[in-house]
Amino acid sequence: MPGQVGHLFILVSLIASLTAAFAYFKAVQATPDAKAGWLKLGRMAFLTEVASVLIIFAALLHILYHHLFEYKYAWQHTSLSLEFKYIMSAFWEGQEGSTLLWAFWHCVLGVIIIKREKKWEAPVMSVVSFAQFFLATMIVGIYIFDVKIGSNPFILLRDSGVLNEAPAMHVNFDLSQPIRPDYLSMITDGNDLNPLLQNYWMVIHPPILFLGFASTLIPFAFAMAGIWTKDIKGWVTRAIPWTLFSVAFLGLGIMMGAKWAYESLNFGGYWAWDPVENASLVPWMIMVSGLHTMLIFKHSGYSLRSSFLFLALSFVFIVYSTFLTKSGVLGDSSVHAFADIGMNGQLFLFLIVFVWLPPFFAASTNQQRLIITGVTAVLSLATYFLAEKLPGFPLYVILGGVITFIVLLNKRVPSIKKEENVSSREFWMFIGSLVFFLAAMIIIFQTSLPVFNKLFNSNKAPGENDEFNYNKIQVLVAFVIGILTAITQYLKYKATDTRFFWNKILVPTIISALVATFILVVVKINYDVHGMGFLINIWLALVATVYATIANAAYIWVGLNGKLKNSGGSIAHFGFGLMLVGMILSSSKKEILSWNTSGIAVPFGEDSKEKTGENLTLVKGVPMQMNNYMVTYVGDSAHPKKQQTYFKVHFKSKKNNEEFTLLPDAFVNYKGNEGLMANPSSKHYWNHDVFTYVSSFYKPDGKSDTVSFKPNTVHLNDTVFYSKGYIIVEKLAAKDNLPVAGFSKTDTGYTASVKVQQLNGPSYSADLLMIRNQGNTLYQNLDTITSQGLVLRLDDVGGSKITLGVKESDDVLEYLTLKAYKFPYINLVWGGVVFLVIGSVVSMFRRIRLQRLKAA
Amino acid sequence: MKKIHIILLVLTAAAIAVLVSFLQTTTTYDTVAIAKSKPGKFVHLMAKWDKSEPMEYDAIKNPNYLAFTAIDTLGDKVKVIYHSPKPENFELSERLVMKGKYEEGQFVCQSIQTKCPSKYKDQDPSKHPGNKKDSAYNNTVARVSTVKQ
Repeated sequence: MPGQVGHLFILVSLIASLTAAFAYFKAVQATPDAKAGWLKLGRMAFLTEVASVLIIFAALLHILYHHLFEYKYAWQHTSLSLEFKYIMSAFWEGQEGSTLLWAFWHCVLGVIIIKREKKWEAPVMSVVSFAQFFLATMIVGIYIFDVKIGSNPFILLRDSGVLNEAPAMHVNFDLSQPIRPDYLSMITDGNDLNPLLQNYWMVIHPPILFLGFASTLIPFAFAMAGIWTKDIKGWVTRAIPWTLFSVAFLGLGIMMGAKWAYESLNFGGYWAWDPVENASLVPWMIMVSGLHTMLIFKHSGYSLRSSFLFLALSFVFIVYSTFLTKSGVLGDSSVHAFADIGMNGQLFLFLIVFVWLPPFFAASTNQQRLIITGVTAVLSLATYFLAEKLPGFPLYVILGGVITFIVLLNKRVPSIKKEENVSSREFWMFIGSLVFFLAAMIIIFQTSLPVFNKLFNSNKAPGENDEFNYNKIQVLVAFVIGILTAITQYLKYKATDTRFFWNKILVPTIISALVATFILVVVKINYDVHGMGFLINIWLALVATVYATIANAAYIWVGLNGKLKNSGGSIAHFGFGLMLVGMILSSSKKEILSWNTSGIAVPFGEDSKEKTGENLTLVKGVPMQMNNYMVTYVGDSAHPKKQQTYFKVHFKSKKNNEEFTLLPDAFVNYKGNEGLMANPSSKHYWNHDVFTYVSSFYKPDGKSDTVSFKPNTVHLNDTVFYSKGYIIVEKLAAKDNLPVAGFSKTDTGYTASVKVQQLNGPSYSADLLMIRNQGNTLYQNLDTITSQGLVLRLDDVGGSKITLGVKESDDVLEYLTLKAYKFPYINLVWGGVVFLVIGSVVSMFRRIRLQRLKAA
Repeated sequence: MKKIHIILLVLTAAAIAVLVSFLQTTTTYDTVAIAKSKPGKFVHLMAKWDKSEPMEYDAIKNPNYLAFTAIDTLGDKVKVIYHSPKPENFELSERLVMKGKYEEGQFVCQSIQTKCPSKYKDQDPSKHPGNKKDSAYNNTVARVSTVKQ
């Protein structure tokens, strides 16, 4: 029942959004007398659309909340044990729900436009409704000539095909028979929300991110409206606050994703240049470029064409990112793209249409518009049939649209012939926007490698060090952007008096130089993994971003007399600079704490060629040294309802007596997922985080292990018996120099080679190591012969006598392997984001205020 | 020509140069035979775990050492060494994407991506944990299998 209501309103929404788009379109094109009628129809149709989306939303929520497992969506995304707060997360875990969330924000923004933007309502809402129509097609789930259009979130489990391969669900256990009428009684629980997504960030991050996504449509629609209604300049003033809004919320959404990745996922950081991350970063970067060119235009008259282009491309890349994440094309290269649900063609059509929409509006006559519409239709069909046959064809269709738009822009949009003054703000601001835009283009090109493979039937894989491929370029971008962000505010539009400029910027420059020197000399950045060249680039970027941070903070007082209401730009730039400084410091000074010096410390044995590892094994109850901490795996506790285990890991600092306990957790063999899904846990300090997660763990079944080490004092070549055989100490040596990290000259290392002989069975060898300093045991390694249930350790050495610790048990040991990082200055990143968002919002309100003043 | 246009051209040229140099760094997805034919070269090896051969992993002895044999679709085999903990879902995976180099008779990889049978597409709901039909489902932790000879 809720499903039928939901699906009915999907159809209503489809029709309403199309009607609204058409009516608003007519309202723009019609004669003044007919305008009012079309406007009214458009408004009614859009409000119907809003109501439908709300009803669809409510219906789907109802299904999830009541765990109505006859619906596939509920079965697939929830389970009875799912906490209430994650029902919303389950809602947008699936493609359909996330599309719906996106459509919902379009509705909210659309209503605000209808209320606020009287003059621009018709053209802007025509574009918004048209986009809404495409979103509705993505959830409609109907077939036209065997082509599936959209994926219906209200599909019943029995119709979804999931049960087709399950004999138990069919009459007489026969797959050729229909599904049993009582099949539902056998489905007692759902698949559940992916455990990695059972996290409060999943509740709040998607709504903000999708608000950001949705908000990029508005500046796009304004640009289209401007060129369409021949008010080529007037739209900019109205669009600036919307653009600021978009910059703030898309940026916030992206960085909330980063915070989530950092806090709850074990990617080992907040940013991995994953295609899904890049795909939303790129539209944001283009939007930022667009914002700056709009400001240039408003103050100097330059850069109008680039404003059109950037705003158009920003939304086109939002659509492209939707294509990337939802089409499954990233399957091999991204950890968090959606799976393919057979909508590639439709998603690509969405892209083609929105690439060719700007040329459509930029055309000067209706005849041209007709031609462009025809071309788009032909190209869409051609793509469908030729994509396989002509390599690269879809790409040419996209590029064709962009180039046509640029050509039409050059014809329609006037530009100033006079050259910009090199001392003017607009000159440098434009260079900054351009660099930022090109940086975005480079990122999306690198990200699109799997797409190029599909397009050209090639077989290119990312390089040996994929992240470095991004970093080595973006660090230079950070340098250029940092410098430009620092100085540009101090320049004036049109032209700047040199003395005036130096007077104001001198003090901030000196302070920046001091701070940067302090960081480089005292804090030190020695990240030389990628060579000296890259390290120097990091230093340069650090200096530039420190400069950006301090110069912008100073400008609030030097240039704006401390009027915070007017200094949104400076606050945002300050935040941006701070964020970059934080990123540079935290990434280049990130340290792995869990260097495994135990497994490989033994300077002999079969694995001696091995590199030091990044994971440390902690046996329950045995303190291990890790960097400056003694770390102990104390125990674990289970979630009452789920297969989720919390591990208690105790840290004790060796420097001061500080102690703390971290609780990284993991889903173990969760609902058919064999293995671990780990969530990290961090200890936060003001200047760094200690970040840990469990990379694997082993817990014997049954009774707990209470056996302790039994000491056996023996001579060389003596024999120690154990239940299944005997142990012989074959070699013993004392060394005062071992290739072990932290081994000092006064330490002595004792090594023993031990042979374990199973009676009537194979023999094993074990290598034991103990390090001592003046009688104190600093370190002992444990060697385990798992098949014998035997753990050995060297306890004491005196003359030719040694004490061998032998521990025997049916089930050897409980242990986990831990990965631990030190993330310094991570708070600068988060703090920077906060300022960036606040600054953008302050700016937005200032622009709205200015509009009001002008209108009054 | 305006200065800004010169800068535009220079920057665009620089961006294109960056992209061309990026394309030089890309590698390929390869089979075992091809990976063996170019030792020391970084490749993405597409294969799966050969369960008929022993796997070596002992987290207590060394959590950063995994050795196993991979077999590709053509039936070629290669010994793989991985200096990290055994990836999640390793036993379940139907395909592995291994990034690394073939050196001295073995494939040393930096990272392993496991591809598991899709959770939703193929799974029989009656086999799903929690469903009545499947009371035999047990929760035992996968044992770390060790071959130590």
